[in-house]
Amino acid sequence: MTLQEAKFEYLLRLGDSSLIIGHRLSEWCGHGPILEEDIALINIALDFVGNATSILGYAGQVEGKGRTEDDLAFMRGEREFRNLLITEQPNGDFANTIARQFLFDTYMFFLYEELKSSKDETIAAIAVKSHKEITYHLRHTSEWMLRLGDGTAESHERLQNGLNDLWMFTSEMFDMDEVDTLLMKEGIAPDLNKVKANWEKRVHEVLTEATLEIPTTTFKQKGSKEGKHSEHLGFLLAEMQYVHRAYPGAKW
Amino acid sequence: MVSNYSIEQIFKLLSEIPDPEIPVINIIELGILREVKFVDEVCVIVITPTYTGCPAMKVIEDDIRIKLKEIGIEKVKVELVYSPAWTTDWISDEAKEKLRAYGIAPPDHSSVDKKVLLGKARDLKCPLCGSIHTEMISQFGSTACKALYRCLDCKEPFDYFKCL
Repeated sequence: MTLQEAKFEYLLRLGDSSLIIGHRLSEWCGHGPILEEDIALINIALDFVGNATSILGYAGQVEGKGRTEDDLAFMRGEREFRNLLITEQPNGDFANTIARQFLFDTYMFFLYEELKSSKDETIAAIAVKSHKEITYHLRHTSEWMLRLGDGTAESHERLQNGLNDLWMFTSEMFDMDEVDTLLMKEGIAPDLNKVKANWEKRVHEVLTEATLEIPTTTFKQKGSKEGKHSEHLGFLLAEMQYVHRAYPGAKW
Repeated sequence: MVSNYSIEQIFKLLSEIPDPEIPVINIIELGILREVKFVDEVCVIVITPTYTGCPAMKVIEDDIRIKLKEIGIEKVKVELVYSPAWTTDWISDEAKEKLRAYGIAPPDHSSVDKKVLLGKARDLKCPLCGSIHTEMISQFGSTACKALYRCLDCKEPFDYFKCL
């Protein structure tokens, strides 16, 4: 595997995760529990889609076959997507969305903190930009973890259920394969073990303060790095890609 | 000779472009417009995006093209640079006063307070009545760059331009 191929793969992983979770969050538009939260979720979704635009745009350049961020977002099938499995999981109720968001936001925070010092200038620049926004996202979801976890019996139960269901998708975030190892050697991507240590510490702190139990499931669901996704991605892409594919070449 | 206008004149012209959401400040005061240059026969405008997903950037890009077309420059390329990352530190004190006069509380920090991951809302002065008895309603307001606050004295809601 060449460095260029590894970089392209890696950028797809980053960009696709942001794109898919941005799409999931946008599904809350008009359905938020209160107006301010509706707006908050949409703003966060926008940040993620913006991040995906930058990353996938760069990915297309690295690939060198003339694909734009739109081509990559709208013209690939499930097996070609590299987003983490956790990002495609359905929203469920608000507590489930918060659980998913918190686990992912904490990962993004520590991952992008490392990416700020990537030897690839473009990745570093995008990371510096995005990390500031991710800090706001993490603050928002952390506060909700406390309010729901240390809230009523119902909010506590719903959030604990969400955490329990999603826990099996968290180990995949830190698996390192050939792509990660090669890029780590070049100083472009970080050691995910370091990100994992930071993630575990932070997640445990917040869950404890929120009076929640750290899930004990040891089953690890994986596959996104090979394009093997859960049953949900196909439906998500069908919705997300429909207009673009139905009117090829259309312009506003 | 591509254009009869100098770089300085073009800068001055583009300073007439306001932020689409906050019309009292222009794109130079916000630190969005970074550079104007001519490469071959193309006028290259270099801008820095504020928030990665900011939809106003597209509108600003269109406004730039429209303004340049008015003075006969049609071959335009708008380039986005991410580094150095845009920061609210670049908003001048005069521009901050304009924000306040418009009813938006300007960014009060010199950089993002990283320690405060689970922190409480800071005491902000209400831009309308000046009271510090204000509270945050939501981290995310009408746009990604603003948070929503409420004044407990004059009872009015107001936007806060978040530090980035």
